Formats: sequence, C-alpha cells, structure tokens
Amino acid sequence: MAGDTRQRTARRLSARPDADLAGFREVQRLSYECAEAVAAQLRPGVTEREAARMQREWLRERGVRDWFHLPFAWFGDRTAFANFRIPLQFFPTNRKLEPGMPFILDMAPVYKGYSADIGYSGSLGLNPVQDRLMADLQAHRVLILEQVREGRSLREIYENVERLMTRQGYANRHRAYPFGVIAHKIDRVKERRWSPTAFGFGTQSLKGLASDVLHGHREGWSPLWSPYHFSDHPPQPGLWAVEPHLGFRGTGAKFEEILVVTDSRDPEESAFWLDDDLPHVRRWAEEKAA
Amino acid sequence: MSGMNGAGAAVPADARERRVSTGGIELCVVELGETDRPTVVLVHGYPDSKEVWSEVAERLATRFHVVLYDVRGHGRSTAPQPLRGGFTLEKLTDDFLAVADAVSPDRPVHLVGHDWGSVQGWEFATVGRTEGRIASFTSMSGPSLDHFGHWIKKRMTRPTPRAAAQLLGQGAKSWYVYMLHTPVLPELAWRGPLGKRWPAMLQRIEKVPAGSYPTASLPSDAAHGAWLYRDNVRPRLRRPRPDAYAHVPVQLITPTGDAFLSERLYDGLEQWAPDLLRRTLPAKHWVPRTRPDQLAAWITEFVTDREEPATRAPEQKAPGKYADRFGGQLVLVTGAASGIGRATAFAFAEAGARVVAVDRDAEGAARTADMARLVGAAEAWAECVDVSDEQAMEKLAAKVATEYGIVDVLVNNAGIGLSGSFLDTTAEDWKKVLDVNLWGVIHGCRIFGKQMAERGQGGHIVNTASAAAYLPSRTLPAYSTSKAAVLMLSECLRAELASRSIGVSAICPGIVNTNITSTSRFAGVDEAEEKRRQERSSRLYGLRNFPPEKVADAILRAVVRNEAVVPVTPESKGALWMSRFAPRALRRIARLEPKL
Repeated sequence: MAGDTRQRTARRLSARPDADLAGFREVQRLSYECAEAVAAQLRPGVTEREAARMQREWLRERGVRDWFHLPFAWFGDRTAFANFRIPLQFFPTNRKLEPGMPFILDMAPVYKGYSADIGYSGSLGLNPVQDRLMADLQAHRVLILEQVREGRSLREIYENVERLMTRQGYANRHRAYPFGVIAHKIDRVKERRWSPTAFGFGTQSLKGLASDVLHGHREGWSPLWSPYHFSDHPPQPGLWAVEPHLGFRGTGAKFEEILVVTDSRDPEESAFWLDDDLPHVRRWAEEKAA
Repeated sequence: MSGMNGAGAAVPADARERRVSTGGIELCVVELGETDRPTVVLVHGYPDSKEVWSEVAERLATRFHVVLYDVRGHGRSTAPQPLRGGFTLEKLTDDFLAVADAVSPDRPVHLVGHDWGSVQGWEFATVGRTEGRIASFTSMSGPSLDHFGHWIKKRMTRPTPRAAAQLLGQGAKSWYVYMLHTPVLPELAWRGPLGKRWPAMLQRIEKVPAGSYPTASLPSDAAHGAWLYRDNVRPRLRRPRPDAYAHVPVQLITPTGDAFLSERLYDGLEQWAPDLLRRTLPAKHWVPRTRPDQLAAWITEFVTDREEPATRAPEQKAPGKYADRFGGQLVLVTGAASGIGRATAFAFAEAGARVVAVDRDAEGAARTADMARLVGAAEAWAECVDVSDEQAMEKLAAKVATEYGIVDVLVNNAGIGLSGSFLDTTAEDWKKVLDVNLWGVIHGCRIFGKQMAERGQGGHIVNTASAAAYLPSRTLPAYSTSKAAVLMLSECLRAELASRSIGVSAICPGIVNTNITSTSRFAGVDEAEEKRRQERSSRLYGLRNFPPEKVADAILRAVVRNEAVVPVTPESKGALWMSRFAPRALRRIARLEPKL
C-alpha cells in the first residue's frame, strides 16, 4: 500500500533527491540475510575474528566491494561493551563462542552504490536474558519513530530513549560508540575500483560523512545523533541508521536499521522505517501472535 | 524441644533411638523424620557428641530422614578397648557403613560432617568400599587428612613466600593438635578444669548460644577423642593417600572466622573433588550451633538437587562473583525500583540470593523482581511500601518474616534529593527529606534489625549514606544533614550489633548516574526553573557517568568484608580523605555556589 507513496517520498528526499529507497532496501535485506546465514553457522569455539570474516566473505561473494564499516562481531559480555575504554576494543578478538553466549553481528556494506548499516543480536542456544532485552527493544523502535514524527530534537529523543532504557532497568550501551551516537546518517557511495578502508571504515563513506559534518556545521545540523549540543535539532531529511543498544549485566542486544526522514508535512510520511520485514520485527510479530 | 533461640541441645522427643553393633562396640544411633524420605546422616566433631546437630537436625527432619550417631568413644556409644589404635579412619569407616546399612539398606545416604565428622566424611567419600553408599557429602570445618598432607607437601617442596606464609599460618592455628599429641595431659585437663570451663569458653569465644549443649558427657568425649588425632594425624600427614578423589558431589561450607582452619586449606580442592560447590559463611568454628538456619537451607538445597537432578537446570546456577556467600540468602533492598537500589538487587540476584525489592513505585519494583529472577535470583518478590511510613514498614516486616523468612542482608537504600539554600528550605521540605532519608533508614534498621538480632544467627545491614555526609556545601544542607545522620546511625549501630555478629556498613557513593537528579526537589525556585535544574543536573551526572552497578559491587564487597564506611567514587574517596586531613580546605570549597 505504502509502496507508491514511498517511491514518491523517495524522490522528495530533499537531502539527496536521487536517493533510491529500493536500492537501500535491497542492501539492508542482503545484510540481514548475511547476518542470519552467518548466525546459523556459528558453533562453539568460533572466534569473533572468524565470525567477522564469515560475514565479509559472504557479502564479497555476493558483490559487495566497499564498506561503510567492515563487519564486527561481539561475543559474551563484549555484546554489552563491558570495560570498553578505547575504540580499538570494538574490533573482533579471539574470544570464542560458548553455548548460551549472546552475540551481535554488525555490518555496513555498500552494494551497487547504496550503503546499509545493520545490527543483529542472537545467542548460541537459549539465553533468556537476551530474549528479554530483544523483546524490550520493540518499545524503543516505536518510541523513536513516534518522536521523530513529532519533530522533536535528536538530543531530546536520545534522552527519552535513555530514560526508557533506565526505566526498563538497562544501561545505555550506544553511549560507548564514537560520539555516543544512537544513529548516524548514511548515504549513497560512489563506486570506485579501489575502495580502501581506514580503521575499519570505508574511506568513501567516511568522506561522505565528513562532508555532511562540514555542511551541517555551517548550517547548524549534524549527521550524528548524539546526546550533545550539536544534536539539538530535528533530524535532517535523509537516511539514518538507528542503533539503540541495551546492556544488562554482561549481556547486550541491539538492532540497527534505516529510518527514512523526509521534509513532508504529513507525519506518516515525514518519517518511517525503511523496511518492516526484518528479523527482529518478524520476531516481535511472532511473539505477539504466540 | 528447643525453639529458635537454640536454648536446648537434647534430641527431639519424637526421635527413635537404636543401637548398632560393629567391630566389638555399640553405637548410639538416633533417627528423625519419615524413613521413606532421603536419608541424611550427620556426623559430629571433636569434642562433641551427636547433640551438636540438634538444631540442624530438627530443621532437616521436616524434609528428610535424619540420622545422627555418636562416634565411637563419644556420647552414648561405647569406646574401643584399648583406646590406642581403636580410632583409625578405617575403623570409623566400618562404623559409618554399619550405620548406613542399618538405617538405609537400599538407598545411598547423604552425608554431612562437621569438624572431625567432616574429616571422617572425606575418608568415607574418597575410599572405594563406600562407593554406591553415599549420594552426596557436605563438609564443614574439616579437611581430608590426605588432602591436608598433600597441601603441606606441596608448600614444603616449593616454599615461596606465599606458600611459607600459608604453612606458618595454618601451623599456628593447629596448636591444639600438638597439645593433643602429648600423653595423658589432655585427658587430665579435660576430665579436670578444662572440661568444667569449656561450655563458658564456647559461649564467650565462639558465641555459641547458652543451653544444655555441650552435654554432660563432654569430659569423656574429649578424653577419648584425643585418640582421633593420635591414631590418624601423623600417619596420614606423613603418607597421604595418592588417590583420595571424592566419588560423590561435595558441598564445602567454609566459615570465614574459623580459628582452627585456614580458608587457604581448600585452595585447589577441585583437583580432589571434581563436583564441588563452595559456600562461605561469616561465622566461627561451631556453625551447627551458631548458624543452624543457613546450614539447614544449604543442606536441603544440595540434597534436593542431587535427589531430583531433573529439576536442576544448569543455567539456573547463579554466575555472580559472591555466589558462594549469598546463595539462597534473603536480601531486602529498599528503593529498588531504580538506580543504586535496582543495581544492588540485581547484583545480589546474580549471586543467587532471594531478593525482596521494596519501593513505593510498584511497577518499577515489580520490574526489578522480574529481571532479578532472570539473572539468577533463587526467588524474587516486589513489595510496594513507602519506607517513611512506619506502620507500612511494620506490616512489611511481618509479611516478609512469615512468607519469606528472616532477612539476612538488609539494604536501606531509598532516598530522595533536596537542593537549595538553608534559608529557602521550608519546614515541609525538611520533613519530607528527613522522613525518607533518615526515618526510612531508622525504621528499616529498627524493625528488620530487631528480627535479625532475635534470630541470633548474624546478618548484615547496609545503609546508603552519601559523600554529602562528610562534605559540607551551601547547596545541600538538608540532604547532607539527613545523610550525615545515616552515617552516624550506621556507626553506632555497628558498635551495638557487633556482639550479635550483625555487621553494619555505610555506603557513600558520590556522584552516580541515577535518576535521583531528575526527581530532586530544588527549594526556593519556581517550577520551570526546578525542571531546568533537574535536567541540567541529570545531564551533568550523565557526563560524569559513574554507573550504579559499580556501587552495587561495592555494597556486596562491603558485606563480604564487613566494611564500616565505604566511599565509592574517586570524588567520594577524596572528600573523605580531605574531611580528615584538610577540613579547612573543604569548608572553603563548601562556600562556592555551583552554577546549574
């Protein structure tokens, strides 16, 4: 039903009129497929490095040549970023997966010039704590969309999300990300024959983000959705990879998916999740049905 | 039979007594409870008789078939003739097997030993001929002589400073073993003055409750029992068995205040007992007399788990750092719907405690209890109570005592914030903050502390004070006053309750990222300004970002180590240091008005 309007909306995205939602949707789906495929192959003893390599190879085989960032994998209490002090600790380690351990796969491939950034949480076998965290993430997905549609400032939404987390009894773990962001803008990326990465991030994508930061700085907005002063404005139209990350005593869970923000006056069209057919959304629907 | 206060030592009236002959002597065996239940055999130590178990046995008898017997030469069992060579572990194993065959011929028994009973128990649990006759073994205050022999050998052959210190430490604690090896003198002492004074010494030094324990047979028990040492200690320590592996699951209960046995004795015990569950108890040597409730609870849990392995899910095991200390204990936390209280409830839950989450925010408390069960709490309940309401607290205490039991650890944490100059603070504001921050703590300590003291089996009270308790400031007069009162109350209470083995700790967290800022009252400003200041201070606390989980860890550590005053954040530690060594500087700083 909303397909047509959204096609039109896509054209109306003022930041990048050429942005094509179908392209973004395709790469986001591909990424989640990759996450599910790799998660299904995880066995006790697999290390984070191996899991990251499995994601990389899976996507390379399907035509991914460039990255917003290279795939990450976190196991055990690293899903909650326990004792993370420096950004280097985000990179995959030789931590081995054990039965019952939670894990998070996080990847941001560029495919046919479109980028996505996704996060997939799961556990090897049963993990009731992470199940609960995942179930409680649903409220955050609803809250974020609602408040973006109300035109609230990024900083305010950030604080409201944090308040909800506190009420639920969780710690805000996206605070550990660079600049403490809960989301960041993503965009189309020019395809080059050579696409190097620096510190795990694709240089092309970084260039795009840097230029957004520069523009935004001049115009008074930011492509980073943080708790700080520079995020004290409603979201800039465009695509935002939103990643609320809950932590609870050594267990972490997150989802990450693209939120489309437009300059439409109609609240329905001013913001919407790019795709509602994602593993975590399906999971909530199944739980509700059960 | 005796009540909760442990006045008596006699075996209950409904007990069935019988005599079992073995190797030329007769053992006095007593049975309690229904015989179709799992059998638990309790073996006493030195210088004791089976009556040392009377309190524990009474509690276990409702669930199990409980069997007590006097070790040969003790109580109403007869002594071997001659005494020398009559007390070897081999002969004691014969006795145990005879008793087990008499009381439970078809099913293996659950063995529990204290002191020499535990030393014997280790022998029973590690020799081949008892295989299939023992289902589990709970050991308290008695190591295997073979393990002890290996422990000494290992440290003698590699006397690193640490190993040497451990050897010397245990060597000093074993003074009585050397004394007992002298001929005749111990017997003379026990049958003479020592035997007379012993009960009073136990009460004074070991805090064993007064009553008819120890029994009248003490002098002869102690005189005969000296042969336990003489017949076994030297041969076993000199040539420990190389194959002393336990063939049953073992629960090791270690009293941390034991004057005779070092905790270090059990380092690396997993090597000898692969299926080992560790428990620690802040108590002295005679735990069957001083902590019957806790022992009965742990024995019940351990035995039940082994009897019904199907109900025991592996993920139910509490993963927390202090699970050995808090497993199964009842912990009540006030202000548990958010912040430090909630984090504390979770930390205790992770250590396997049973948690009561109290808050006036019913929904938040319910959420805390719900999540506590998820992270490992044996059980968790939410109670909606305002701590400043005395009657409600009385009602809560009565309900907790009847439905969940006597609280082992009480955390008086509920508190509210109030900022603003003294002249702006109204009497109403004062009343509100003192009602919750001070009266809430007083009610908690008074009502639950009384229950703890009446039970007489120890416990711990934690009061959440604040760095503001010793940090003067012009912006927090009412809050600081209330917290200073809590700090002093905790110190006084600690002095008073020390003699009853109840510890009291005051926690002074400092600036911690909780929602206390967003609910604080700011006196002397209008509503809009109050809201702005709440947001501003929340943001600043958020930037400081000291997690309440770290305060919770400090609280558990304070209970384990029985610390008196615990500053948590670096600024709190610094302020405590300055209040002692540079109070004038602190007073200077107090004059500054922070901009919000």
